[in-house]
Amino acid sequence: MDWVLIITQLLNGLQLGLLLFLLASGLTLVFGIMDFVNLAHGALYMIGAYFCATLTEFTGSFLLGLLIAVPVTAAAGALLEISIIRRLYSKDHLDHVLATFGLILCFDTAVHFLWGPEGKAIPLPAFLDGRVTILPGIEFPTFRLSIILTGLILAFVLYFIITHTKMGMLIRAGASNRQMVSAHGIDIKSLFTVVFAVGAAMAGFAGMMISPITEASIGMGNEIIIVAFVVIIIGGIGSIKGAFLAAILVGLIDTMGRSFLDTLLKLILSAENAETAAPALSAMAIYILMAAILAVRPQGLFPPKGR
Amino acid sequence: MRDQIKRGHYNYALIISAAVLAMLPLYVHVSGDDFYLDLANRLMILAIAATSLNLILGHGGMISFGHAAYLGIGAYSVGIPAYYEIYDGLFQLLVAITVSGLFALLTGAVCLRTKGVYFIMITMAFTQMAFFGIVSIEEYGGDDGLVIDTRSTFANFFNLEDTVTLYYFVFVSLLTSLYIVKRIMKSRFGMVIAGSKSNERRMQSIGYNTYRYKLVCYVLSGCLCGYAGALLGNFTNFISPEMMDWTASGELIFMVLLGGTGTLLGPLWGAATFVLLEEWLSGITTYWHFFFGALLIIVVLFVRGGIDGLLKRMRLTK
Repeated sequence: MDWVLIITQLLNGLQLGLLLFLLASGLTLVFGIMDFVNLAHGALYMIGAYFCATLTEFTGSFLLGLLIAVPVTAAAGALLEISIIRRLYSKDHLDHVLATFGLILCFDTAVHFLWGPEGKAIPLPAFLDGRVTILPGIEFPTFRLSIILTGLILAFVLYFIITHTKMGMLIRAGASNRQMVSAHGIDIKSLFTVVFAVGAAMAGFAGMMISPITEASIGMGNEIIIVAFVVIIIGGIGSIKGAFLAAILVGLIDTMGRSFLDTLLKLILSAENAETAAPALSAMAIYILMAAILAVRPQGLFPPKGR
Repeated sequence: MRDQIKRGHYNYALIISAAVLAMLPLYVHVSGDDFYLDLANRLMILAIAATSLNLILGHGGMISFGHAAYLGIGAYSVGIPAYYEIYDGLFQLLVAITVSGLFALLTGAVCLRTKGVYFIMITMAFTQMAFFGIVSIEEYGGDDGLVIDTRSTFANFFNLEDTVTLYYFVFVSLLTSLYIVKRIMKSRFGMVIAGSKSNERRMQSIGYNTYRYKLVCYVLSGCLCGYAGALLGNFTNFISPEMMDWTASGELIFMVLLGGTGTLLGPLWGAATFVLLEEWLSGITTYWHFFFGALLIIVVLFVRGGIDGLLKRMRLTK
């Protein structure tokens, strides 16, 4: 086996996992506290990327664009919550699924209208565009490494806020028992808006970080949102820790499966069979994992306490 | 008593729409415009699929977010035999129904152990598996899909190559499906399903094994949707994994909810509105998806009971 390839792919898996975490953390909080299924979370990921692309063009700097685009996405999220999402909390899950599916259509078309059908590339500044040597003989793209680092930092900050601040305490309490929190006189409505806006900012940030690699495109959130749902179901709805561990797990399994499953399968199957089965199995791996975990632990791996 | 009033109303609406659909080929023959025939064909096939989803979603309260899997399985049951030059329609339909039923049995056995949003997500996960399974089989076109060069033939009696024959085949299939679903709903079995939707624990304490009943219902629904998929494959002449995309499952849910969940004819109204709106809006603007999405949100926020509920209320005010 090729160690350089294995380490590179482990890092790639980690990078995918951290991106998934950025998406899944907002999703799991909204889901956990408001009991709201938000398929349109992927749309925020998309508009974040488009905001960043335009602002980067406008300011001429990716970092400046990023810095402005994050609060703009948060504001867009807050606006969405106040105008539409808020009216949906009292409905059932089926209505959530349908209405947010409608929102996806609206967002995708609005982006098509405003930015045109073509994707938008985001140019990177020179200091992020190269490769760095992380271990003797192993090079890794600087930008992917910076995704990993910022992802880890954000995960830590979020963890700190949730476990060590008053607001985090309210969020945790909300995830365990919503009625009890509002019975204590907490303005849960505003808390919802804030959590939704923060979730939107995190999702948007994930979109901004991936776009320099893949470019911002219409419908870019529709595939990854499903994976983010897999993450929060595996991790346990409402749990940040669960979302983090599940995101890393899913990122690693997906990336490693795609690169090494055929080699592994060749140990037990004929070369021809292995090459046919490997792509199918690696694409299905995370869904198989989720089905298996739900069959054994219907609440996910780390459900919030008190449910 | 109310049931009888409703039934009288239903027959009325059904007779009119059935008559219109039955006469459509005549109109098309006179005007020479094939377009409406294709539109109605698609409408009826999707109505069968929506009816099958309504059986579990509306009557059984099982919110499946992966019903498009059966459309795909049904379509590939026509496409893959056709790839090997087997065009026998009875064989293809049998494969479609059997494989869909098996898929529903295996996945349903796992899915039905979960509840609420977990059920929604796990049904979707299984459909994603089917989606990626088909995508990765290069032999049958993978991502690009498969062209069906010849439609199903039924021995020497007839084949679906002729558009009007296909049309009436679909038409009869739709009426038959509605009849079967109506019989299921009225049967003792249907009552148990409806009972376990409104209060599962009570049904269990009366002594019903609701899990088993729901699983049978889930399989029946899968078989019917697989059948619709086989028709869809014949109709489009082209099949691809796209048919199993999660957005396709979302559209099926939309049809059921738009028409009115848990009603017999709701899915038909829903599918009709969906197809006609799509056609109308996409003719007006390239950005028609926006209005479609806005309509979805409006339906969820303001329209209770869907179109069927609307029809019922009109009847009540009369």
